[in-house]
Amino acid sequence: MSVRKPIYLDYSATTPVDQRVADKMIPYLTEHFGNPASRSHVFGWVAEKAVENAREQVAALVNADPKEIVWTSGATESNNLAIKGAANFYAGSKGKHIVTVTTEHKAVIDPVRELERQGFDATYLDPEPNGLVDLEKFKAALRPDTVLASVMLVNNEIGVIQDIEALGNLCRANGTMFHVDAAQATGKVDIDLEKLPVDLMSFSAHKTYGPKGIGALYVRRKPRVRLEAQMHGGGHERGFRSGTLPTHQIVGMGEAFHIAKEEMTLENARIKRLRDKLWAGLSEIEEVYLNGDLKQRVPHNLNVSFNFVEGESLIMAVKDIAVSSGSACTSASLEPSYVLRALGRSDELAHSSIRFSIGRYTTEEEIDYTIVLLKAKIGKLRELSPLWEMYQDGIDLNSVEWATH
Amino acid sequence: MSVYFDHNATSPMDSRVLEAMLPFLQQPHGNPTSRHGLGRQARAAIEQAREQVAAIAGAHPSQVVFTSGGTEADNLAVQGMCAALAPTRIAVSVIEHPAVMKPAQAMQRRGWSLTKVPVDANGQLDMQALEQTLRQPTALLSVMVANNETGVLQDIAAVTRLARRHNTLVHTDAVQALGKIEVDFTGQGLHAMSLSAHKIGGPQGAGALILDKSLDIQPLLHGGGQEKGLRSGTENVAAIVGFGQACELAQQELAERSANMLALREVLEAGLHRLGATVFGERVERLPNTSFFAFEGIDGETLVMALDRQGYAVASGSACSSDSTDPSPVLMAMGVAPDLALGAARVSFGPGNRIEQVSGFLQTLENELLRMKRMAAIAV
Repeated sequence: MSVRKPIYLDYSATTPVDQRVADKMIPYLTEHFGNPASRSHVFGWVAEKAVENAREQVAALVNADPKEIVWTSGATESNNLAIKGAANFYAGSKGKHIVTVTTEHKAVIDPVRELERQGFDATYLDPEPNGLVDLEKFKAALRPDTVLASVMLVNNEIGVIQDIEALGNLCRANGTMFHVDAAQATGKVDIDLEKLPVDLMSFSAHKTYGPKGIGALYVRRKPRVRLEAQMHGGGHERGFRSGTLPTHQIVGMGEAFHIAKEEMTLENARIKRLRDKLWAGLSEIEEVYLNGDLKQRVPHNLNVSFNFVEGESLIMAVKDIAVSSGSACTSASLEPSYVLRALGRSDELAHSSIRFSIGRYTTEEEIDYTIVLLKAKIGKLRELSPLWEMYQDGIDLNSVEWATH
Repeated sequence: MSVYFDHNATSPMDSRVLEAMLPFLQQPHGNPTSRHGLGRQARAAIEQAREQVAAIAGAHPSQVVFTSGGTEADNLAVQGMCAALAPTRIAVSVIEHPAVMKPAQAMQRRGWSLTKVPVDANGQLDMQALEQTLRQPTALLSVMVANNETGVLQDIAAVTRLARRHNTLVHTDAVQALGKIEVDFTGQGLHAMSLSAHKIGGPQGAGALILDKSLDIQPLLHGGGQEKGLRSGTENVAAIVGFGQACELAQQELAERSANMLALREVLEAGLHRLGATVFGERVERLPNTSFFAFEGIDGETLVMALDRQGYAVASGSACSSDSTDPSPVLMAMGVAPDLALGAARVSFGPGNRIEQVSGFLQTLENELLRMKRMAAIAV
């Protein structure tokens, strides 16, 4: 089989910029380079017009009012602004308790931890073994002083889709601000913010074929949501977020979201077929486990644990494919994925898991190659594994008493 | 297309910078945190840019923290350094950019005292007033290298010497100075310094805080732990690469660019004087590219709009506050009469400007001034 290697199956870490997006961006790096805050000349006006056009494109994908979109440097900043900004603004009137989920991205967990250091109280809910949040448990976690809840729409590692509408309604009933990290969701699932009971939603461009370094925060206007700004200065973005707007990146995000809106239905059908083919192929291997619910899941994600294979050697063995063993943002560490741990996976299974994320440029040949490669490599690695041998011999590994050194 | 004389607001991208960036916009590349080959390539590109930025700033690459721009770098410096300390006093020069002034004011709400150190009629820091301020316990001092409106330079080495005697940490906003004059983080004894890419022919959306790593500092953005935990968030690879390239070019071409821009400004200001302008801060050292001036009885906003119609892009104040019609706070701090200050316009040159553009501008300016004076006479 002749496919170009390495095969990129890490679209949840980042996506290439769509050529159509790059083409739209480049004029704003060259001839239309003005500062959108410059009000005294045409260079500024051209840039400002482009920024506002992009704001409409982003709003259109999620059915929001363009005035509800605040530009940021990315989803991490959006999450920080939403969580610290809302918690601090409303703490005085509502209270200092926050509810979130253990499988959230670090960019949600860490701001909540920071708030704990500042005297807030936080509840970290464990999801069910399929990765989904139980509504009753969520409801029970909400307290009269719960100022903010934050639950991601799509999990970055296992791709499961939370029932945001139901969770949001519980928050509404409790008078709790509801923030949703949707960095992994745009272009994958339909988002209708006119319908969804969500107050704040974070977006990123570079997970949806736009450039890195740009994101947005949706801030609801009706009823009006207020925030304490985290970055102070020239008062850009109606005071929510100061700093010169990077016009070319904003243009890129707008175009990327516009393309997503136009093409997501067809694209997701194609990608889902590839993903299902990949899973069908991999599940022919013995002792593999799918992580996360298969049905309530984005079409492009597959997270699989390969039992009786050592994690690091697995990644080394499949270096022809660019995949992720945890989330990219934590894969510098050798800790087993905290998301998989929260689902109740053992350290061993968490270590020997791979996240495959398929995207716009993935071909059927690449999927075929990946299946063949995994089958061969898993077979080889297991040949070297004494545990696999014991398992084959019918020994219950859980009953073995390991000697400690 | 119009002639662009507003480089202190933002600068056109150098085509060589664009070339360096394009592979990271057009070709697949990984998330720099990913451990596969594509991720490691992106990481290597960032580390090269870190060296380029460190080199122009007189710093070590390990001292460079990439941010989304100058405003974030200023916020990280002021909020981050203060958050690691028990509240005492922050001192800033009264002419700081809002990206320093506003976070300093935000710290007031968290129990810090704020002192705004005055400047003299030339726009230079009143060193006696500074010394007096620092006699009270002051944890942090922030003084910009070059003012964005007037271009007036501060003696940063003298400021840090004084501050260090009082155990005060010093941050400087060097956003406007970078690429126009030499900046030297280590040589000037600084603790923190903010930089931005888009003022030096780099892209918007990238900046850096140069930081003395022995300092305790709290991050502004929490999350994936990028930039050694000081700035979480997936790195803006293309913009960072562009920033690095812009720094390298600016460093190589600094002397030539400065000399050229200074020559243009001398012609400009000779013409301005002939037309009766007041040039602010002209008696002291300024950035070579900046001229901030006013004409008695002429409204700056109206003049700038008229010039724009004639094809010259200049600013009436800083872009970040050009929504407002108040006189420039910088000029107010220098004791300029409000009526004159309302007439202020700023020309800021870049490496691409040419002498013919300056002569054309002066001719247009003369015509517009005449026209405006005639209109004013009719109105009376």
